[in-house]
Amino acid sequence: MSDPKIEGYVFKPGFKGMAEDTGSDQTIFKGVHWGKAMMWIFLLSDTFIFSCFLISYMKGRGSTLVDWPNPSEVFALHVGGVDVPLLLIAIMTFVLITSSGTMALAVKYGYEKNRKMCGWLILATALGGLTFVGMQAFEWTKLIHEGVRPWENPFGAKQFGSFFFMITGFHGTHVSIGVIFLSIYAYKTFKGHYDEEKRGWFTTIKGNYVEIEILGLYWHFVDLVWVFIFAFFYLW
Amino acid sequence: MSETKKQEQTTTHKIGIYLWIWGLLFVLSFCSYMVDWLQYQGLLRWSLILIFMFLKAGLIMAFFMHLFWERYALVNVLLWPMTAIACFIFLMVAEFEYTVFTRLFYFVVGG
Repeated sequence: MSDPKIEGYVFKPGFKGMAEDTGSDQTIFKGVHWGKAMMWIFLLSDTFIFSCFLISYMKGRGSTLVDWPNPSEVFALHVGGVDVPLLLIAIMTFVLITSSGTMALAVKYGYEKNRKMCGWLILATALGGLTFVGMQAFEWTKLIHEGVRPWENPFGAKQFGSFFFMITGFHGTHVSIGVIFLSIYAYKTFKGHYDEEKRGWFTTIKGNYVEIEILGLYWHFVDLVWVFIFAFFYLW
Repeated sequence: MSETKKQEQTTTHKIGIYLWIWGLLFVLSFCSYMVDWLQYQGLLRWSLILIFMFLKAGLIMAFFMHLFWERYALVNVLLWPMTAIACFIFLMVAEFEYTVFTRLFYFVVGG
């Protein structure tokens, strides 16, 4: 990508760089791939969506006089005759962090033009995401069998179900979309689309490994949101 | 093409950094799980959950999402809007406290 307005622009670090980046009556984020800037803007808006969900959950949980279901017991798994608290959620957290790590390495190997390594790591990330969604489906099935509905549940405050399905459902949707895109990008990487600078769909812009970083930003964000959901919904 | 070269210089880092952050994230996740396992309650539980959460979020954003190496213009555009979320949380805390107060009040006093 090349913006004719910024030919010869040399980026300076720190606040001096920021002043020149924002204050020259041209474009902001000079030299940054437009897709990367737009992904950041999208993630910012997505942050606001998830914040609204979590804040409404805080408001709902804070204003009810009925006892809130104890997540430690609700999400316990019965393993070997004992109830292990939050076991499935802990495994899901570790799976998601593992996939986040493989994605970070995929971005690194992509920039080093190590096509095979990058492709395999993206595939590993997709598998991690798929495992996560599978475990979430299991969790939902278990809770639905136990009688948890958006309007009622056998454990306590009625609002629990609606917040649970809304928040984890929206996050699960993000993971699923991520898995679809990871698969597509793994295919494109193995095919060498970024080495040959092949154009993607609906675009005239040449392919580049920066696209892996953009995908990585999305995937790390999904992990980031899970950190907050894990803390506020499952642990609090 | 010169821009792509600039990108490469700013975004490839030694593999050790990623592995370190990865390991730290595992340790922090394990710690936050331990908070539940050991059944800490009250202020200790909440503060530990928040500390581990912010450490994890910070590490992911700073190193996995490369924000630590990113230009200040982008970092500022991303982080300042978070103050709006902080304000919203503050407002909604006041709101739910008021709701609880009115509920308790009218349950005791009657409609």
